[in-house]
Order: sequence, then C-alpha cells, then structure tokens
Amino acid sequence: MPLNPLRSEAEAYRFVWLTIGYFGLIVAGALINKWLGLAVFVVLSAIILYFYLSRSERWTRVLAPTRSRTPENVRRILVVANETVGGETLREEIRRHGEGSRADVLVVSPALNTPLKHWVSDDDQARDDAQERLVRSLTRLKEVGIEARGEIGDGEPLQAIEDALRTFGADEIIISTHPEGRSNWLEKGVVSGARARFAVPITHVVVDLERESEELRR
Amino acid sequence: MFLFIASEVMLFGSFFTAYFFIRVVNHEPWPPPPFHLPVFVAFVNTAILVTSSFTMHWALQSIKRGNRVGMQAGLTLTFLMGLTFLLTQLLEYARIGFTPHDTAFGTVFFSLTGLHGAHVLVGLTILAAMTTRAYRGHFSPEAHEGVEIGGIYWHFVDVMWIIVFTTVYVL
Repeated sequence: MPLNPLRSEAEAYRFVWLTIGYFGLIVAGALINKWLGLAVFVVLSAIILYFYLSRSERWTRVLAPTRSRTPENVRRILVVANETVGGETLREEIRRHGEGSRADVLVVSPALNTPLKHWVSDDDQARDDAQERLVRSLTRLKEVGIEARGEIGDGEPLQAIEDALRTFGADEIIISTHPEGRSNWLEKGVVSGARARFAVPITHVVVDLERESEELRR
Repeated sequence: MFLFIASEVMLFGSFFTAYFFIRVVNHEPWPPPPFHLPVFVAFVNTAILVTSSFTMHWALQSIKRGNRVGMQAGLTLTFLMGLTFLLTQLLEYARIGFTPHDTAFGTVFFSLTGLHGAHVLVGLTILAAMTTRAYRGHFSPEAHEGVEIGGIYWHFVDVMWIIVFTTVYVL
C-alpha cells in the first residue's frame, strides 16, 4: 500500500506544514535566483522521493495508540480476528488477559474481501459477513461474562488495527488466526508486521476451529 | 481514502498541466502583461487558510481530551476563516480586472482557483455539519471520526491552496 500522508488528521496537519516548508524554501531560493529556486526544487523533490520509496520504519511505525481518558484500573484490549472470532481459545485468552482488572474489550472484525472487490469498493457483502461474525462473537463473549464492544474494520488487518488504535487507546492487542498452513494472515505476515509496526504488546492466539468443533461433538 | 486522494491529485494535476503548458509556451513574463495578480490579498488569504488548519487541529485535539468547548470554538473559527477565504476570493474575482474569457491566462487562472474554491465550498459544507453536530452534543473522546475525516479533507484543501498560491501567484 503506498504511503498515504492523509491517513489521519494529525498526519494531514503535519503534511500541511511540510508543504509550507517545501514551497517556502523553493520560493526563497527563487527570489534570490531562479536557477537556485530550481535547484532547491530538484534537491527537495529528490529527498522526498527517496523517503517515499524507502518507506523507512520511522515513517510507517505507529509509535503509540491514541490515549483517551480511561480510569487507571481499566485494561483496554483490542482483539482482531477473522473467522476465528468465535473460537473458544480466543474467548479463553481474552478472559485470561482481563483478569485482575476491569477490561475494556474492543473486537475488530476486518471486512475480508477479494482484492478486485476491494479496489472497486464492492464491500457490502464483506461487511455483512463481518458483522454477522462479530455479533455471534460478542454474544458468546457475553455468555462467558466478557463485556465487549465491536466494530467492522478495514479488509486489510494491519490497516484495521491502525484505524482502531486511532480511537481506542489499547494497552494490548490480541490477534487471532487459524493455525499455520491454513492461515492467510500468517502467510502474509500479519502478526510479525503488527509487531514491527505498533508499539503495543501483541499476543498471537491460534484458534483451530476444526479441532474445537470436533471436541464439541464428543 | 487513498483512491479519493489519488483521484483528487489527478484532477488538480490535469489543471496544473494546462497551467504549466500555457505558461511555458507563452514565453512571456507571468502574469502576461497587462494583467496583474493581487499577490498581497492572496497572501493574506493564504495566511487565513493556514491558520484555519491550526484551529481544525485544535478542535480535534480538544475533543480527544474531552474539551467540548475547545472543539466547538475550533470548528467555529475554522468555518469562519474558511468563509472569509471564500468571500475574499469572490471579491478578488469581482475586482481583478479580467475574466475567464480573457486569453488562456484568464481561463487557466479562474479554472485553477475556481476548482480550489469549489473544494473550499465542499469543505465549508462539511464543516457546517460538523459544527452543528458539535453544538448538539455529538462527538466524544472515544467517538470523533466525524471530526477526524472532516479535518483530513480540510487539510487537503489547505495543501492544494498552498500549491496553487505558490505556483500561480508567487513563482
């Protein structure tokens, strides 16, 4: 995904000042001598292009989630899960992480979509499916005494996490996936990508839905 | 959001292409005689728009910290400054002394600044809705996406004006 400088209001605001600096230097150079202005334009553009193409870690890393006013004894847990959102292992993990303090749990269910449908913004079905999974999951969590809120996220899981962190000051993130070999997210390096990108403790939970349903049948 | 920005960049890009083409093939000083551009008025207008980005940012930071009054004040000031910018631009159009029919220069000048003005008008509509919602008690430290998205758009409009101002009025 190309680097988007207008992904959040704070980044867009910073971009305004960068634009002022960029054009301010060019104008200053051009007022002295038009060739100097051209040289400043070329050099600054080359620097920007270099940073854009290299997409250094510093540019893409979200250092910390947005902190909103939350009482000290409340632990904020962000859960990101696809089809495994209703898994028993995940529920147990959420319960375990919330022990010893009040837990504020936000479950994000990415609206998984095909690349073609994503690019043409045909995501109605994907969002409906994600909503259905989410409602089922929240109901099951409530049954075991976990009060959680839920929202539909972007189809790209890392983007869904980033979006959620902007409004939910998570103390930790739980990412739930299928086991190795069956998980697209693991194949795409979602968990390792999230660890590199977000400055929040991340727990990876493997949910084997087939094994869980077999155990239920016994 | 990325597709939206990409489409907007292409839209403005096509207008800028026309602008640079006309400017390069003319081999004349810019603006071509006998036309004059009111650079000082445009500079003051630019300062107003840049300041409105600051108040927009302040509004969002305020609601993130639970400061509702700060958000309301920030949004109101942003709206008023945006309105001032647009009215000043309309006044500039009325007094500038040439029209879109006056050579390719007039056409490209009014096209570029008018395209941006149209974006400001859309931004003002969004801001009006945001400000009304803010006074009706909407938004909270946990739920303020409406301000966030509107803020991104407003900053985008600001960035586009900085580019238009620098290339059309200053350089």
